[in-house]
Amino acid sequence: MINTPLDTYWQELDCGFPRVAEVFPDCMNAALAVLSPEGVTAYIAQARFLGKMGRGAEPILIFLEEWPEVSRHAGEDALPFVMEFIRKMSKSPNSKAITPFLQSLPATARRLHTQALLRDYLVIAHDLMERTTGSVHGIHQTFPSPGLPEMFKHIPELLAHLSLGGLKNWVDYGVLYYNDNPDRQVEYFSLQSADSRAVLQRERHGVLLVDNERKLSLYLRGMWQDEDMLIPYSVAFEEQTKPVPYYDKLGIRMPDVYDDASGITGLDRYRALLAHMAGHRRWTTTIIADNMSPFQRMAVECLEDCRVEYLAMQEYPGLRRLFMALHPIPTEDACDHTKESGVRHRLAMLSRAILDVNHPYKNTQLIEFKDKFFSLMKQGDGSTQEIAELAISFVARTRLQSDNLPTTYFTDTVVEYRDDNRQMWQFIEEGDEEEAFDEQRKIEPGEELKGLPPRHYHEWDYNNQSYRPDWVSVYEGLHPKGNPADIDRLLEKHAGLAKQLKKMLDLLKPQDKVRIRYQEEGSELDLDVALRSLIDYKSGSSPDVRINMSHRNDGRSIAVMVLLDLSASLNEKAAGSDQTILELSQEAVSLLGWAVEKLGDPFAIAGFHSNTRHDVRYMHIKGYSEDWNDEVKGRLAGMKASYSTRMGAAMRHAAHYLEQQTADKKLMLILTDGEPADIDSKDGRILIEDAGRAVQELDQKGIYAYCINLDPKADEYVKDIFGKQYTIIDKVTELPMKLPQLFISLTK
Amino acid sequence: MTNIDQYKVHQEPFYQAQGDEVALYEAAYAARLPVMVKGPTGCGKSRFIEYMAWKLNKPLITVACNEDMTASDLVGRYLLDANGTRWLDGPLTTAARIGAICYLDEIVEARQDTTVVIHPLTDHRRTLPLDKKGELIQAHPDFQLVISYNPGYQNLMKDLKQSTKQRFVGFDFEYPSATVETEILAKETGMDIGVSAKLVKIGATARNLKGHGLDEGISTRLLVYAATLIKAGVEPRAACRMALVRPITDDADIRDTLDHAIDAVFA
Repeated sequence: MINTPLDTYWQELDCGFPRVAEVFPDCMNAALAVLSPEGVTAYIAQARFLGKMGRGAEPILIFLEEWPEVSRHAGEDALPFVMEFIRKMSKSPNSKAITPFLQSLPATARRLHTQALLRDYLVIAHDLMERTTGSVHGIHQTFPSPGLPEMFKHIPELLAHLSLGGLKNWVDYGVLYYNDNPDRQVEYFSLQSADSRAVLQRERHGVLLVDNERKLSLYLRGMWQDEDMLIPYSVAFEEQTKPVPYYDKLGIRMPDVYDDASGITGLDRYRALLAHMAGHRRWTTTIIADNMSPFQRMAVECLEDCRVEYLAMQEYPGLRRLFMALHPIPTEDACDHTKESGVRHRLAMLSRAILDVNHPYKNTQLIEFKDKFFSLMKQGDGSTQEIAELAISFVARTRLQSDNLPTTYFTDTVVEYRDDNRQMWQFIEEGDEEEAFDEQRKIEPGEELKGLPPRHYHEWDYNNQSYRPDWVSVYEGLHPKGNPADIDRLLEKHAGLAKQLKKMLDLLKPQDKVRIRYQEEGSELDLDVALRSLIDYKSGSSPDVRINMSHRNDGRSIAVMVLLDLSASLNEKAAGSDQTILELSQEAVSLLGWAVEKLGDPFAIAGFHSNTRHDVRYMHIKGYSEDWNDEVKGRLAGMKASYSTRMGAAMRHAAHYLEQQTADKKLMLILTDGEPADIDSKDGRILIEDAGRAVQELDQKGIYAYCINLDPKADEYVKDIFGKQYTIIDKVTELPMKLPQLFISLTK
Repeated sequence: MTNIDQYKVHQEPFYQAQGDEVALYEAAYAARLPVMVKGPTGCGKSRFIEYMAWKLNKPLITVACNEDMTASDLVGRYLLDANGTRWLDGPLTTAARIGAICYLDEIVEARQDTTVVIHPLTDHRRTLPLDKKGELIQAHPDFQLVISYNPGYQNLMKDLKQSTKQRFVGFDFEYPSATVETEILAKETGMDIGVSAKLVKIGATARNLKGHGLDEGISTRLLVYAATLIKAGVEPRAACRMALVRPITDDADIRDTLDHAIDAVFA
């Protein structure tokens, strides 16, 4: 009887693949258990379509096997949407992606859980397909999307870390930047390229370590008087071996992200982990591992973990809430001692019993050892050695024949906020089972870094209104030196101008205390005026009541950063002059430097140019702590121009120095001769918009950016970057005179 | 004539000695040496001076210095009245005349030219010239000058000149040790030892963060405030947030860390 309906279905399916025939009865049984009669009809009909599609047996096989599972999560009425998408793929050059799509469907449905989300997901996938298909050489719909099948292969991993919104952003980013480069696109969508991972990291949910590093360092320092590097490791790309936190002489390793769990925020999970490790660092002493069996070591580690947590909770009782929530509660008789080893299970129960007064356990041995632990701790802090003895006797007393079974009971035995205790053990002999990983990784002392490591800055992309994370690498170095006498010669040449400037500067010089007379209220009586008023009063005329005087502080607190564009275009001759723009800039900056030095404002000079986003050079000419001396003049004299102008990154880098100045006002003068541009940026707007964004960022940091532009055609773009904060100097030959004057009027 | 009694300290202020500072101060006063007390804010500098004034039974004139303070605010100035001008002694002049202990609190806040007027009072001359009035005051034999000074500001502009510094003998104050501080809280507010110890622990957390975003740790004074609030029935965590955390920082990370410390201590 059972065979009859199956045969009917088989006829409806009308499929000639022998591999399908083998599994068909099983699939049908699964489908009949889950699907409604209409659902089954649709199931068969769509399977038939897939079988006739001409893509081999693979799609129909996967569909038959997986659909019942998918429909359990997303509902069987999701089928039309899914099939519609498959039809679209089969009509486009993307039919190769159908198999990975179907393959990933159950995992996706399990993760997304509702039909609405599944439909949103299909929209994203469809969008990706449309945008990446076939436009490589402008021939419509000829080449398949390189990224689509890759994304399907990685979708379980992606959805484990991203919400659908995050997935959409991740996909958009990949489409935007790698649409014209199929190989890079494949790398991006298969999560192999660095920025693919960086964007994934940015979009993911949970509490990121990098965002909270300072809070956690403060926590460690404030509450535990401890400090160390906090180093994240990634948990996203290691599916097989889950890394465990640990610390060694290089720092504390922690997961890069924690989601909220059991009502504890990700941040508090980090704190629980740090508290545990700080406890070890404070109370644990190393003991010798060689004489202990692996079980004994496990027990020692577990009880030592309990001890440091106990002591930590004595210090900060509030930690108990975190530990209690995060520690698993193993069920007492969950472990079948005839089939699997229960060592981990027993230890986890003991640990729970020590932590939780209201533990559910009845085992007398367990309770006896819990009491022994507490009576040990009552005598003082205890020691790792004492704990080791207790742990060994626990192992001896509770040993079971089944402990040596190859399968171990793992459920609810992993305490996530505990580290791997590697610092606790000292191995006298290098055993044959442990390999000494640490030995080879010694850091040689005294090995110095050559040059500064690059700093990475984001760049604003106006196309999708977001930052490209860590996009630009800025290398900083000292500007090569020239002859300082050249600068002195330049100053002599402009001696007349310098004299003129000097007069203006003297007026600007801070007087500090200025007396304000004729005040009705003031700090002191102005005796001259007071007497005059008194005489007026006595002689019958009305006296002036403004007989006090007060003082006003007239200090001047401005920090200045002069940022010079040193791109190749500066080598051109200025209009109407024999000198290059570079030489004129040099003169102008020398005069400005001399003037600012006279005023006594803290100021710095730096130049920049760029050769693609991977190589932005920021050349230090004068720092805030340096005087206007020969060293500085030498660097100024050595100024050379080359490459392009990636202004935003240079401004951000300069800002991080200026930001640290304590002056009330911070001014960044940017001297440039053209619009921001670089050879790797095809879209000219991007760098202009990015520079504009950088100006906004500076503004938020309290830095006033001002541009002096030598490009007569600058009107077209400079407003977009600097708003009203710019001057265009048409006659470049006047620059040496204009620049210091401009500075003076800006800071008056 | 000036009413000396108003400057007297009548009730014994509570002061918990941390070492031999009381005896040392008495020795300095016996020789009428000018004294400088240094230490972070709220660690008990002013309380110590008040206590010593009480112990020596001398009047105490306290001047809180600020950056708008001029020399005439210390020395005195002419005021107007119906018949013309009238001289009014400043607090320093008054102290020199009546033989009080003149305590210039947070002297670095005052402008440097202001601090110079105290120079003639602090060496062998013990005189105060009133140049505007044309008078030279010989200090009363009981007069003593005390300044307080918080070196924690770490500001180049706010440091004393060497010529000023080298006229004083110095006392260095620190926040008291945990046990002493617990005792101080308990005695000052009547709070029980257990809660006091917890407050001190939170204070220690913040002091560990000094220089890492906090200019100054939580002072004993703030701990006393918190204890007072708790004593008055305020929920301990709320009291700590209000008295210990909010006043000292605007930095979200630090606030978060300290809030967590409060939760961890008051479980």
